[in-house]
Amino acid sequence: MANEVVDHGRRRFLTATTAVVGGIGIVSAAVPFIKSWEPSARAKAAGAPVTQSLKKIETGQQLIVAWRSLPIFIVNRTPAQLAVLPAQDPRLVDPHSLVDQQPKYAQNGTRSIKPEWLVMIGICTHLGCVPDFYGEIKPEPFDPKWQGGYYCPCHHSRYDIAGRVYQGVPAPKNMVIPPYHFVDDTTVQIGVNPQEAG
Amino acid sequence: MANVFTSIGDWVTERVPNMMPAYRKHMTEYYAPKNFNLWYYFGSLAMLVLVNQIVTGIFLTMNYNPSAAGAFDSVQYIMRDVDWGWLIRYMHTTGASLFFVVVFLHMFRGIMYGSFKKPRELVWLLGMLIFLALMAEAFMGYVLPWGNMSFWGAKVIISLFGTIPYIGDSLVQWIMGDFLPGDATLNRFFALHVIALPLVLLLLVVLHLAALHEVGSNNPDGVEIKKGPKGNRWDALKPADGIPFHPYYTVKDLVGVGFFLLIAAFIIFFAPTLGGWFLEHDNAIRANNLLTPPQIKPVWYFTPFYAIVRMVPSFAGTAVWGVLAMFGSIAVLFALPWIDVGAVKSVRYRGTGYKVALTIFVIAFLSLALIGTDMTDVLFPMLFGSGIDLTTWTNTFGRIMTVTYFGFFVFLWLYTHLGWEKTKPVPDRVTTHD
Repeated sequence: MANEVVDHGRRRFLTATTAVVGGIGIVSAAVPFIKSWEPSARAKAAGAPVTQSLKKIETGQQLIVAWRSLPIFIVNRTPAQLAVLPAQDPRLVDPHSLVDQQPKYAQNGTRSIKPEWLVMIGICTHLGCVPDFYGEIKPEPFDPKWQGGYYCPCHHSRYDIAGRVYQGVPAPKNMVIPPYHFVDDTTVQIGVNPQEAG
Repeated sequence: MANVFTSIGDWVTERVPNMMPAYRKHMTEYYAPKNFNLWYYFGSLAMLVLVNQIVTGIFLTMNYNPSAAGAFDSVQYIMRDVDWGWLIRYMHTTGASLFFVVVFLHMFRGIMYGSFKKPRELVWLLGMLIFLALMAEAFMGYVLPWGNMSFWGAKVIISLFGTIPYIGDSLVQWIMGDFLPGDATLNRFFALHVIALPLVLLLLVVLHLAALHEVGSNNPDGVEIKKGPKGNRWDALKPADGIPFHPYYTVKDLVGVGFFLLIAAFIIFFAPTLGGWFLEHDNAIRANNLLTPPQIKPVWYFTPFYAIVRMVPSFAGTAVWGVLAMFGSIAVLFALPWIDVGAVKSVRYRGTGYKVALTIFVIAFLSLALIGTDMTDVLFPMLFGSGIDLTTWTNTFGRIMTVTYFGFFVFLWLYTHLGWEKTKPVPDRVTTHD
């Protein structure tokens, strides 16, 4: 054995193939561990539509309900709050809701099916906090010319009362409008599109 | 009796011949410069806190329940019903904040005296990795009590990864193991916090010290004692300006330990929350996925980095820029040995430009912390009247300070690469020899 000539090419080939096969083995073995971090089947199964009566929401008030563990803002907007919306356009990132953050039926000036009723997922598009509702049109510490809307406590992003994001804040997009429809004049169902309701 | 110990000692040495040489190499025959000052306490103090975190942490796990349903109650149980549970928890929470106090001072020492420079680049890089692991460890530990700040802290920090284009949303779900932080998130953070990251931290600390003892410690004069004259009281071949780490610096460090424990004990016994600075009031409220706490901000040690995220507006339909700036503010520190290539190490002999820049850098870092802690919401109206537009003032100030933070590194690169620096003569030996 000791006298045999060492075939370096063969040795390099064997080392390389062993390393490659071993590497593939390690990567493959890592897959189950990495995939175990995905949402489990139980986590995926949660999430049914939510029905909410609107009778007790006064004009200018907001109600928060949970849908898929997400806070859903339901606001009964006043005529004054609706009237200031068009004037906000020049200060907004996406005034005409061109980015896909809402169903087609909410892609309008009020981002809603009925102008007065705002139904929106109350999650800041920056890093996922729940923005605070500052509905009144009056000076606020963070903006002396406040026109009513939302202020995120986490990184101070601001939105108007249709959930459209202002320029110059960390949040990049308008807040998301979920699929929803009106069951009757005073009842809304979140999680189902109007055309799917029957 | 003595014979028994000697023979046990011989028995061990025969089987592990490297043990005593290793002890001598790192303790009694590790020659450290004799001119260490106050700034050299913080490395050993960081190790002391690490031991405290591990010991108190082990005892906390014995009563903590890592589940969304049980975590909050089990922390209350530790605080109220477990004998001395409150002390163990307050030692752990106070230790976490003091860990960052000593680590920030330790890092600043390294910057000020050029301890990151050749030949100690690897010591610096390993130290920076320790800093990263420590931040991850602190964040995950913060989530475990499952109060409302825990929940929203988890949501925001994990969402940082959601700003990455294309893969962001699925990455966030992968980290959370759910569509919101929940049981899955809490359990994996618990596993990482109590076993994975501590192992990483310990390994990195060993490597940090091994790398340091290979090249030897820097000192406030920034001179290499290994290049100076040889021969001291203990060894004719070792540096003249070195003294054995043990007993000289172990005894010195004990004085620092005494002072440090005095401060720590005061906080633990008299002000464990430190008025909301070490433990936040809103975390005494259960996690609520529908209500973000109105006064949400991170614990003080993350506030400069948090302020940077807040200062950067969205651009081109994505919020990734602020996140990049924040991670960049830490990443740039890794590159420090290649940014600051000035030959003179210690601030004592560096150019005026460096001293001014370092001072401004410290001011920028502290200013960002002021913004991150919302102290500017109080300070600005006090200084400039209550009628000011707070958002505009804070953003303007914060953006200037963010640019200044990065500007320090740009300046340092130009200053040292282009040879603008006018240094003072560096002494041949440490200034306090003999």
